[in-house]
Amino acid sequence: MRDLAKAEDADKREWYLSRFAGFEKDLNGGSPAPVHTLRQEAMQSFAESGFPTSRDEEWRHTNVSALTRIAFHPVLHKASSSPNTADLEPFTFADLKCSQMVFVNGHYSPVLSTSAPLPEGVRATSLARALAEDRELVLTHLGRYTSFREQGFGSLNTAFLQDGAFLFVPENTAVADPIHLLFYSTPGSDPTVSHPRNLIVAGANSEVRVIESYAGTGNRPYLTNSVSEVVAGENASVDHCKIARESASAFHVAALHVVEGRSCRFTSHNLVLGGRLTRNDITTVLNGEGVESTLNGLYLADGKGHVDNHTLIEHVRPNCSSHELYKGVLDGASRGVFRGKILVHQEAQKTDAYQSNQNLLLSREADVTSKPQLEIYADDVKCSHGSTTGRLDPEAIFYLRSRGIGLQDAASLLTRAFAAEVLGRIDIEPVRARLDRLVEAKLRSGR
Amino acid sequence: MLRIKNLHVRVEDTDILRGIDLEVNPGEIHAVMGPNGSGKSTLAQVLAGCEDYEVTAGDALFDGRDLLEMDPEERAREGLFMAFQYPVEIPGVNSAYFLRTGLNEIRRHRGGEEMDAMDFLGLIKEKMKLVEMDESFLKRPVNEGFSGGEKKRHEILQLAVLMPRLAILDETDSGLDIDALKVVARGVNRLHTAENSVVIVTHYQRLLNYIVPDYIHVLVDGRIVRSGGKDLAVELEEKGYEWVRRDAEVLKA
Repeated sequence: MRDLAKAEDADKREWYLSRFAGFEKDLNGGSPAPVHTLRQEAMQSFAESGFPTSRDEEWRHTNVSALTRIAFHPVLHKASSSPNTADLEPFTFADLKCSQMVFVNGHYSPVLSTSAPLPEGVRATSLARALAEDRELVLTHLGRYTSFREQGFGSLNTAFLQDGAFLFVPENTAVADPIHLLFYSTPGSDPTVSHPRNLIVAGANSEVRVIESYAGTGNRPYLTNSVSEVVAGENASVDHCKIARESASAFHVAALHVVEGRSCRFTSHNLVLGGRLTRNDITTVLNGEGVESTLNGLYLADGKGHVDNHTLIEHVRPNCSSHELYKGVLDGASRGVFRGKILVHQEAQKTDAYQSNQNLLLSREADVTSKPQLEIYADDVKCSHGSTTGRLDPEAIFYLRSRGIGLQDAASLLTRAFAAEVLGRIDIEPVRARLDRLVEAKLRSGR
Repeated sequence: MLRIKNLHVRVEDTDILRGIDLEVNPGEIHAVMGPNGSGKSTLAQVLAGCEDYEVTAGDALFDGRDLLEMDPEERAREGLFMAFQYPVEIPGVNSAYFLRTGLNEIRRHRGGEEMDAMDFLGLIKEKMKLVEMDESFLKRPVNEGFSGGEKKRHEILQLAVLMPRLAILDETDSGLDIDALKVVARGVNRLHTAENSVVIVTHYQRLLNYIVPDYIHVLVDGRIVRSGGKDLAVELEEKGYEWVRRDAEVLKA
């Protein structure tokens, strides 16, 4: 059995190695050397490690064999036919003034993208273009913050790195309107994989709000394997909202790496509203004094959906605070995983860290694994964490029903209220309102 | 309006109500009094549709319809209301939204129009004056962080907004100071009409100074052992429940 598994594993690696060979041939030397060296290193790393298995501690509760069994084809070129704005409409924010960059199967689509006026010096372009025009700036940061060598999916993303968003905000610059990055997948007859790669650099004293949406349609399987790197400079303010609305047949694996400079404020909102299997790895490194870092998360799953959120909050320097609230709503036979680690280095005295994970199970079959972890090497810190998993309060349900509200509506009302605590922290109102409606619709369809 | 016949109710393996007969006609005010553990709150909860209780015998008709067959929400829509002894906290749901949702369900059930947010605001502000509640409560999550007295006043506010035909007050007076008691009584009296009835479940006589019942029933060990007019409350206050209990023993013997 073991040998068979090994042989299968080797086959999977072989598949991506040969896809990579095709990719290299296709590039035909048309890519700058340093980037390609990075790709080759990453491919080498993937060839050695392969995909994670449930024997890996970090993947114990998420079995990716349903994903690795499928031979996904990387989409190397822009499709000749593209979705139109009507196709995208469900995933955009009509009532929000914003710049919008649309990517189809991982490739930037200038036709579908729109831009609000941006302050001088701000760059919001495709990574492919930035690699050609801003190579030095990009290479100063690209791949510097992810440790792709430790993780198969990260390696694969870096090996097939081609396109994504490059956002650069110079120091002392505030970008008033949010920037929406929409990654839209339209799988073809063969299962496809896209490897979006985003780089967001916010200079000292800058301000920017970014929304990353991942969406797809149809019932064919596809894989989104994204990596985003965020650098928040000294005293910068960065608000990052990631919305995963992949189709019910889709696999979604995403990493977000954030490096936070002195006195900056970073907020992440991580919303999972769809997809067959979703895995998020969020790593924030509080790398200067006085950082305020906030991680909010809401994950909804039903049917046989599987959602796994891993977060690592690394307090490196003193006098920083981090707040984390993750809530899950699990229905049907879905499974949720939350693993959140707060790591406080010895030097990080006066750390103030709070973490909470709360799960609501709406069915007997739904299940969740919650593992908060504290690892503290400093002696003068204030750290706490909590984890709860429960069902809807029958007394609350009865109370609502006794006032004329039907059973289903009462359950839906309580569930929305549970989710609203996370959504209420999103301060871009059209985004919050849209998400509230989506959550409501999803709860209704699930029953 | 409400006709209860030989009602037997059990919780787990314990018989709580052992043959209750009670008839409430339109416009009447009844008080059900009794010592702790006599089953009075159970009676209120069963009538509201709480599923923790098992009805083992008897029936209850509400306007001729089998009340015990109805879901709790259906009972509410048909015009039955229970003010909770322990109102439940609903985190994340504000009071205005909660009440408007309930009211509109009831209106829709009766074939009426839904009330929009603006009209509702006008209605509820007026009702809040009646129970002397500050408007800031509308934006607060239902019962969360409310004091005991605020929770009870909030129950009466709901009563005033939903305008049920039969209101059951489950120990609404417990834990209230005299001022709050008067506010609650005023709210209930305002609702009481020739068509609308009230059943007051209470341990103490003092609420009955402000809401004067037509009938008083004394519940002991799951049975109504004595019924009478409003003077019965005064007698109970003087002699205590031991008096009726002894009486009941004599009757049983």
